[in-house]
Amino acid sequence: MSVITANLKTTLLGTELRNPTILAAGFLGVSAESLIRVYENGAGAVTTKSISIESRNGHANPTVLSFGHGLINAVGLSNPGIDNYIEEIKTVKEKKIPLILNTIGDRNEDFITVAKLGEAAGVDIIELNVSCPNVIHKKPYYSDPELLSSLVRNVKDAVSIPVIVKLSPNVTDIKEIAKAVEDAGADGISAINTVGPGMIINIETAKPVMAFKKGGLSGPAIKPVAIRCVYDIYETVDIPVIGIGGIMNGKATVEMIMAGASAVGIGSAIYYRGLDVFKKISEELSEWMDNNGYTSIKQLVGAAHES
Amino acid sequence: MNHNIDHTAGHGTDMPKAVKIKKIVDENYNTKTFFLDTKLEAVPGQFIMFWIPRIGEKPFSLSYIGNNTAITVQLKGKFTKKMFELSVDDIVGIRGPYGNGFTPQKNACVIAGGCGVIPLVPLVEMLDKPVVIVGAKTADAILFKERLNGNSKLYVATDDGSLGIKGFSTDIARELLKRKKFDVVYTCGPEMMMKAVFNLTEQHNIALQASLERFMKCGFGVCGQCIINGFRVCKDGPVFSSEQLRQMTEFGKFARLKNGKKVNLKEYYSWRS
Ligand SMILES: Cc1cc2nc3c(=O)[nH]c(=O)nc-3n(C[C@H](O)[C@H](O)[C@H](O)COP(=O)(O)O)c2cc1C
Ligand code: FES
Repeated sequence: MSVITANLKTTLLGTELRNPTILAAGFLGVSAESLIRVYENGAGAVTTKSISIESRNGHANPTVLSFGHGLINAVGLSNPGIDNYIEEIKTVKEKKIPLILNTIGDRNEDFITVAKLGEAAGVDIIELNVSCPNVIHKKPYYSDPELLSSLVRNVKDAVSIPVIVKLSPNVTDIKEIAKAVEDAGADGISAINTVGPGMIINIETAKPVMAFKKGGLSGPAIKPVAIRCVYDIYETVDIPVIGIGGIMNGKATVEMIMAGASAVGIGSAIYYRGLDVFKKISEELSEWMDNNGYTSIKQLVGAAHES
Repeated sequence: MNHNIDHTAGHGTDMPKAVKIKKIVDENYNTKTFFLDTKLEAVPGQFIMFWIPRIGEKPFSLSYIGNNTAITVQLKGKFTKKMFELSVDDIVGIRGPYGNGFTPQKNACVIAGGCGVIPLVPLVEMLDKPVVIVGAKTADAILFKERLNGNSKLYVATDDGSLGIKGFSTDIARELLKRKKFDVVYTCGPEMMMKAVFNLTEQHNIALQASLERFMKCGFGVCGQCIINGFRVCKDGPVFSSEQLRQMTEFGKFARLKNGKKVNLKEYYSWRS
């Protein structure tokens, strides 16, 4: 049974997607075959885990839990390092699957190295995860427009494939950040990364549950934050936005696209609805569009804004 | 995961639930069973995540299900050392049960190696007179002899010949499968042993259910840490069918470290121990 109807097709920065659902970074991105399986379950594109130059072990368990309204995670960006990940990228690209390489680094040069190796291995888009602190300036990238601008300019100079920046919602003014990123030459923005961090305490033992104590929130609880961020970003910039955060079903996808997203990232919904959630959401989206007289994704993008 | 609720609405929790340790039993010189003061609805082969506050969290197969809930643990590394310091009435956290578990069938042969016998014991108690083959280093290391004997025809192999034949459980299996036709084989143990069992069942055209092990984080199928090829051990497994095992080029060869790097099983096991 095919769920792919013509009206779900969309183009993201020159890459054709059969539907607007994209696997968000950090979910099932450990191996090529895992990413391929997600694609076979209906995703329009897939995103790798955050990949750095050197391998990272991440934090101790518990690292991922579900608290009733979403997930809390402190995986700690574990990854095998770009050299050990190149084969996985090539294997995914052999299948012609649209692939976003999510990169992480401590300094601009780290992002550049990973992005260049990824480009050479065939990825379609580079996504900069700027949730890590810059070790030289000892500040987080995500909340500093100047640091972000220099990063975007450097990476843009180094590669010729599109570069998008994944923004954190945990800033005072996301519009200012979005503008800086666009002005520096970014081709697109993805938003949002996890909210918080939050904490959960087990009261019987009087101990924080996560080994790292704190963790980023995702899933249904953060959807209104994600919708507001994407709405604000769409008001501010002209580059395309991938809307991520709490998308569980077709209607939430419509809402996110109406806020201004050209495509949506999906992660936590895998926990609630299974690996084939991409197929399910595409079907629900297509049905909603048919019932409400929309024939293309384009008609929906930014529909919630006053023109 | 709690299945009684509407997941499309985004409810449901998977948090460690505080439980008391009810009883601790020494099974042998390096293995203890921890009985927990809780009742879980589970099937043989499923596992729980066991949390010790401030220490960590690891998956363990259930060794008792039904009226009792217990896990049986062999002393291996830092975490199990901490577990062995726990006492009755201490509070720990558990979540689960997770994974698919075994599907009981008639005319079964059960092949266990080392502590791989742990998830198989509640299965054996549920099966109709299965043939059971257990292998271990020494006679002392064989777990749950009485529980196994109660309901099955039991064959034993030890590395040093201190009980049963001197050799491996696969040596017994090789001879037995030539003489007797089984409808299903269940196995759990060191992966190289399970690979040998898989080769035998393929040769004799018998359906296999094998319980695999990989390092885990979430335990509920989202992080991808426990992946073997495209399969998630925590969610699609830990029990896999012959048909799935045939698709796993990594089975018996590779596993992933905490950082996700694919390494050969030898390197993986030296990291895990
Ligand atoms: C377990 C887990 C791991 C994650 N790992 C990453 C990561 O490596 N890089 C990244 O940019 N975002 C990571 N994220 C954030 C997600 O990509 C996404 O932005 C967030 O979960 C919100 O989307 P959702 O509500 O659909 O899950 C992770 C989230 C979770 C829950
Ligand atoms: S441990 Fe996270 S997917 Fe299996």
